[in-house]
Amino acid sequence: MANFFSKADVTSSGRPVLLRSEVECHLLSSVDLEPEDHHHFSPLKSGLLILTTHRLLWLPSASASTPTSAAAIPLPAISHIFSSKKSLKSMFHSPRIRFQVLVLPDGRVFEPGSGSGSGSGSGLGSRSVVLTAVVRGKGDCDGFLGKFWDSWRARAWESNETSGSGSSSVSGSGTGTGTGGGLYSSDGSVRMVGVAGILRKEQESWESTDKSLQDAFQDLNALMSKAKEMVMLAEKMRQKLLSGTNSQSSATNDEDMGSKEEMQDWLLSVGIISPVTKESAGALYHQQLSRQLADFVRTPLERAGGMINLIDVYCLFNRARGTELISPDDMLQACSLWEKFDVPVMLRKFDSGVMVIQNKSHSDEEVFVRIKSLVTKPEALRSGISPSDAAMTLGIAPAMAKEHLLTAESNGLLCRDVSPDGFRFYINLFPEIDPHDVYLVKDYGICETWIKAVSTSGLR
Amino acid sequence: MQKLGDFKLPHFFNYPPYFTLQPVRETREKQVQLWKDLILDYCRTQKIFVLGLEEEFPLFSNPVIERTLSHEAREAFLSALVSEGRAEWLDKGHRKCRILWHRIQDWADSILKFVKDNGFEDSVMTVEEIRSGIESRGTELHGIDRTILIRALKILEQKGKLAIFKGTSADDEGVKFSV
Repeated sequence: MANFFSKADVTSSGRPVLLRSEVECHLLSSVDLEPEDHHHFSPLKSGLLILTTHRLLWLPSASASTPTSAAAIPLPAISHIFSSKKSLKSMFHSPRIRFQVLVLPDGRVFEPGSGSGSGSGSGLGSRSVVLTAVVRGKGDCDGFLGKFWDSWRARAWESNETSGSGSSSVSGSGTGTGTGGGLYSSDGSVRMVGVAGILRKEQESWESTDKSLQDAFQDLNALMSKAKEMVMLAEKMRQKLLSGTNSQSSATNDEDMGSKEEMQDWLLSVGIISPVTKESAGALYHQQLSRQLADFVRTPLERAGGMINLIDVYCLFNRARGTELISPDDMLQACSLWEKFDVPVMLRKFDSGVMVIQNKSHSDEEVFVRIKSLVTKPEALRSGISPSDAAMTLGIAPAMAKEHLLTAESNGLLCRDVSPDGFRFYINLFPEIDPHDVYLVKDYGICETWIKAVSTSGLR
Repeated sequence: MQKLGDFKLPHFFNYPPYFTLQPVRETREKQVQLWKDLILDYCRTQKIFVLGLEEEFPLFSNPVIERTLSHEAREAFLSALVSEGRAEWLDKGHRKCRILWHRIQDWADSILKFVKDNGFEDSVMTVEEIRSGIESRGTELHGIDRTILIRALKILEQKGKLAIFKGTSADDEGVKFSV
């Protein structure tokens, strides 16, 4: 049965689309998912099993021959998780994780709050099926099971439901900056990453050492609820700014618009809700990071005109990740993995060693045309252009503009002039000059245009 | 159009990149070609035989656009001439360069022409007379670099067109033509 599972959306680069305030907890590779005693669905072979605070996701591996879609089991549908049996037999088997899932009478997996009718929570009239996840890869199976228990018990989805109605007015943006009750689960533990993530870890370590300190957390909790309000405030402001620019765009002046855009940028960069971490992804870290980065980089790339400096991306990405920072090495590795995936972006290294991320559709030709039109203006013919001139006209960073100019130079479009005035580029006239008659000026050539431009400026 | 004395400069002499050594191969080849031609042309019209890299040379800077060739660029252009046989380094440090705007063989040919034009087929002349005598006035030979002249004469000697012999003073040599 194909529709046994709930639907799981996947981004173009193969990362799961998470729900609001959903956080990834653990990943396991090469996992088979099979029913134990019923034939509810054909076994899913060798995929990626992702545990989040809300769901259990199974993604087909990229190399799969038959296209299988991603599958999801909402954690509330799980009625029991079997603890792993340590037996002699299990030593020779691949590690297994067994759990019981509630199934609706129509043969689909139980889904909370979606048309399951009366008595949904109690599973009235529903049966249960035991599923087995066979871990064929070298994942940390026990760790996964531990996290599985934690997530299942934490019931993060319930806090989401209760606060759902309250925050519905601001949830329209779809960016999911954590407006909902996802900050808190019912047992009071914090579900946020970033600064909140640090606080959570702190809190966990305290709990384990001394239960009696529980009272002291009243203050901390109060602080956290403020943090939640702050995030909601930020989101509200963003919405207000958005509606503001729409309604009175004609009346606002440029400066006002600029500051508003800046404000929006700040608010949008508050965070990636669920960053891929070494802890959660383990051996799959770079692969998953690579996919997440491909998704992330699209917006800044669009703004930068199809090409962006790797260093800039590094800063933007880490700011979005909050406290779960990645190292430059990890970044580079994630980028170089793109070659293996079908993602719309690529890493490019210029001759000078500068590395950038660009759209696969990005073409140098287009840039060359713009550079050429820039460099054939009378003023540029006379005194050339500097990288910062090009940066201003092309709307890109000066370092980036310089790379473009150097590429254009090596293609024979430009040539350089190094003088005490600085480093400037001119249109390349050398191919136009006839070595047999250096005084000849071809009619209507760029050379003639240049001579005209120069002669009007007082130079003879 | 800009001029250096009576020498007509090409338009691109006011093109700033012309004074910067271009790093891209194709562009550089063209630039070097244009420089070689300009240096030879200028030296021919101005009868310049020896060029010092660190000395003032009118072609190597353009005050109109305030550009001057770097030492590296000067050496690159002259080395290109040397590799073509149109110039020779006078020292290992590449500070001075002899420009052969005529190849030695061409010089030998013009000596023969000079001898025939003046009816010196069986005459005797000193080397100094060829360089600065009344007869050579108005020809290319007038004021020729002594080393170049001697080498051209030696080529002709090998062909049996003349004989070089020591003169009375140590630094003056005589030439007996037998064309």
